[in-house]
Amino acid sequence: MANRPMLEIVSLEKRFGPNTILKKIDLKVTEGELVFVIGPSGSGKSTMLRCCNRLEEPTSGDIIVDGRNIMAGTRRDLDRMRLQIGMVFQGFHLYPHMSVLKNVTLAQRKALKRSKTEADARAMDMLEQVGMAHKADAYPGELSGGQQQRVAIARSLALDPKVMLFDEPTSALDPELVGSVLKVMKDLKSKGMTMVVVSHEMGFARETADRVIFMDGGVVVEQGTPDEIFGAPKAERTRAFLSRVSG
Amino acid sequence: MTAMERFLETFFNPTVMAKYTPDIIAGIWVTLTIAAAVIVAGIAAGLALACLRSYGIRVLNFFIICYADIFRALPPLVVILILYFGFPSIGIQLSGPMVLFIVLAATLAAFAEEIFWAGFSSVEKGQWEAGIATGLGFTRTLAYVALPQAVRLAIPPLVNRVLAITKMTALGSAIGVSEILSSATTAQSFSGSATPLTMSVVAYLVIFLPMVVIARWLESRTAWKKR
Ligand SMILES: Nc1ncnc2c1ncn2[C@@H]1O[C@H](COP(=O)(O)OP(=O)(O)OP(=O)(O)O)[C@@H](O)[C@H]1O
Ligand SMILES: [Mg+2]
Repeated sequence: MANRPMLEIVSLEKRFGPNTILKKIDLKVTEGELVFVIGPSGSGKSTMLRCCNRLEEPTSGDIIVDGRNIMAGTRRDLDRMRLQIGMVFQGFHLYPHMSVLKNVTLAQRKALKRSKTEADARAMDMLEQVGMAHKADAYPGELSGGQQQRVAIARSLALDPKVMLFDEPTSALDPELVGSVLKVMKDLKSKGMTMVVVSHEMGFARETADRVIFMDGGVVVEQGTPDEIFGAPKAERTRAFLSRVSG
Repeated sequence: MTAMERFLETFFNPTVMAKYTPDIIAGIWVTLTIAAAVIVAGIAAGLALACLRSYGIRVLNFFIICYADIFRALPPLVVILILYFGFPSIGIQLSGPMVLFIVLAATLAAFAEEIFWAGFSSVEKGQWEAGIATGLGFTRTLAYVALPQAVRLAIPPLVNRVLAITKMTALGSAIGVSEILSSATTAQSFSGSATPLTMSVVAYLVIFLPMVVIARWLESRTAWKKR
């Protein structure tokens, strides 16, 4: 089971008009692995994640989730496969008109077609896991950013995804709230979730990541263990970037 | 006769009032029926058009936008007169109440479409992305995520527009629909007294004042729960 690829990005290319944002990216994430992605602003990190569930339509290339190519198949196949790819946004994007519980049950009910009892039970489990069960009846507007982000994570987890994508999940948070979200992510990793995390939390990466990827200009410049990348980066661009963010 | 007596005699003549009250009440009934039909049909059509527009189908959107702009630009009375006096010559004969209903509902639909569309446009892109990323697809994200938020944003301007357009049922008096104003002016010419017009004022207030109060109440409760 180990080394079974859960997410494969195969020569992914993305152009916006004349600009090529992603240049033949290849990345294989195995089951239970946490891949941490760093790189300067505009290097294409978000675009890469968003191509993985086709929120952004790849120009060419393949995205394979647990052996199934999400670039092949009908619209409905795509929606079904999106259920297997959890995505956590920098801005949370909870539904403001629904309670926390409803936020976590909506896609379970309407996309997975779970019964209300089943969806509620599953939602409460997930809210428990992220430490938000006590706020099940609250509305998103009544929660802090850290709490909202944990609910957003629960909303994704409730759909039993095979891989979770995080796009700067803590960048919009006040510093004192960052820890609570990182802790949830760490728990998730220890439970064996496959994760791709774009973030600037280098401490979290050192502690939790199996692999660190450095992107610049739409290519993967360098990758390795956290020790390799943070301790002894080989590429000049990686060194320059790391000294900028740590300095 | 003092000025005061003359005033009362003109506007509050009890004999005239007694005589024409049944006519005015019948007028109220006609106004209410047409107004209710216009509100339901106009809002439903406007919402449907705004939802269709959100699919971003270019040709379709062109027609929706043309429709909305034309009906927002035209004075309803002009369209009413064309439908009522012009259309019979091309073989389309519509009753007065039907013409009034069609034109006002079409006008309300045009405004409502724009109001709902503005609501959809101010729903954050991230809301759509959250829905789509959780496998809801476009249509269910529209229905469960975007629509409730758009409707909520649309309520205050929509209520005002509904008020403005339902009041235009008075235009029915130009084509002989016996709604409130029409009943009042008929009564006025028969009696030679302005009292029936006073009665129409009362009738309009009875109908529309509660609507204004409901509008206020709706506006006050459209904010999201905030911390
Ligand atoms: N919808 C779009 N249309 C045109 N250009 C886009 C679009 N989305 C992203 N880009 C461009 O693609 C490039 C990569 O953007 P992306 O958001 O993926 O970078 P990023 O690495 O996530 O940066 P950051 O660290 O600032 O989030 C940028 O130059 C951006 O301007
Ligand atoms: Mg980004």
